[in-house]
Amino acid sequence: MFDELVKKPAAWLSGEGNNSEIVLSSRVRLARNISTIFFPSVARSDEREKVISYVQGALQKNSRFGSGQFYSSSELSPLDKDFLIERHLVSPEFMKDGGSKALYIGEEEKISLMINEEDHLRIQALKSGLEIKSAFELADRVDSELSTSLEFDFDPDFGYLTSCPTNVGTGMRASVLIHLPGLVLTKEIENVISQVTKLGLTVRGFYGEGSDVLGNLFQISNQTTLGKSEEDLIESLEKVTLQIIEYENNARSTLFRDAREQIEDKIWRAYGILQNARVITSTEVTNLLSAIRLGLGMGTISEVSLSTINQILLISFPAHLQKYFNREMDPNQRDVQRAELIREKLKGMN
Amino acid sequence: MLCDDCKKEEATIQITQIIENQKMMLNLCQKCAEKRGFSSPFAGVPFPLAEFLSSMILPGPPPGSGAGKKSVPRSEKELKCPSCGMTLSQFAQRGRLGCGSCYKTFRPQLKDLLRKIHGSDRHRGKIPNLPGVQMEYLKEERKLQEELKKAIDEEDFEMAASIRDKIKNLQERK
Repeated sequence: MFDELVKKPAAWLSGEGNNSEIVLSSRVRLARNISTIFFPSVARSDEREKVISYVQGALQKNSRFGSGQFYSSSELSPLDKDFLIERHLVSPEFMKDGGSKALYIGEEEKISLMINEEDHLRIQALKSGLEIKSAFELADRVDSELSTSLEFDFDPDFGYLTSCPTNVGTGMRASVLIHLPGLVLTKEIENVISQVTKLGLTVRGFYGEGSDVLGNLFQISNQTTLGKSEEDLIESLEKVTLQIIEYENNARSTLFRDAREQIEDKIWRAYGILQNARVITSTEVTNLLSAIRLGLGMGTISEVSLSTINQILLISFPAHLQKYFNREMDPNQRDVQRAELIREKLKGMN
Repeated sequence: MLCDDCKKEEATIQITQIIENQKMMLNLCQKCAEKRGFSSPFAGVPFPLAEFLSSMILPGPPPGSGAGKKSVPRSEKELKCPSCGMTLSQFAQRGRLGCGSCYKTFRPQLKDLLRKIHGSDRHRGKIPNLPGVQMEYLKEERKLQEELKKAIDEEDFEMAASIRDKIKNLQERK
């Protein structure tokens, strides 16, 4: 499964969109529940099935959804599931416990629907670069189209009702994935995070809650979902993101003014390791690519393109690597195979 | 106070057990409490829900008592969602509601909770195209709110007062 998908760049890593050298991707997710059916955590299995068939029916009614693919979670192998998580098409929670779930992936992976995650329906729009507004418009349109045949739980006071009260109201979580090596190296990041947190936004490391920060990648999202309109929430996220981009650019200028040799050394060493390594983990690749991404942004390095960097990042993830070679591998085999694949990709560049 | 079981760690959990009409008090540390099979009903509930739910549902510690002590009382007449059967303490344990009707059943408690989480208890976003008198009211109210904002921006306070009255009127009819 997904043999075609693995050859394509993931939607969130296409390198397109505004400020894509710093902002990798923008995502908007809407939580919806179908009226009169219990939320997934307490629903009986026949009710969960009913939700799946309702959503499937709603998708079939609209020709716009004809080009996408519908999957039942039971037909996905553990490797398939990891692959979808790595592509940001589903949340890790979606793959966790049992019970009937389903997934719809729209054309070019810009839209995906998770059915029976924490809520009956999670509509996700994913775009490369700083494209929160257009991602919202996409998700909003899908919501409006689906609501012509599905009646969503809505309360005049509380808005869209969700399983967890932290999502009620708009049901919207908008986020950007942003690369901030300058702020990390100048140790300004803690300061920025605490400022951003005061503005009603949440900052997390790459790969969501509780994870270590990988490759200087951070996820910024709105913390509240009730009391403000979707447009206001998006506008404030975008404003803050633009501000952070400015801070990051300032930090980079400072670094290149005060420690040019050291930074350039870091970038070229990262390139050297990726060109020559024989055994390499996914974590190490992510961290080295952060240095090269910085080098590309600062014009230090031109031997490699942004799209190659993004391709290497994606293909280095464990499930992607196994899908690419079409066989299961243990971690040691993966580290060897990954190093070989990266050497090949970078050889073509010189 | 030291833990009754290990006598080493500080006791942070107080457990009251009633066995055959005999009341028994135990002061335990976290580890020993877990060994005896007692766990906090709020373990695993995402912050800030856990802390707030505990203060909302369980009576607070009496003044002067040590902080950090937790007790788990059971109320006989607990509010229960007529649709899915979820009780308030089940919600506190799981941090998830069971169905849309839970929002009606626990409306006053949830209003407090939502204000704490979001700083608001009123939806200001998208309104779906649903039938019903309530939805008509909501759309009308939203329209008036916009007119009110415009009137205030234009410093037309006479108009603003009239719109404000209309909104009040509408809310009373709801």
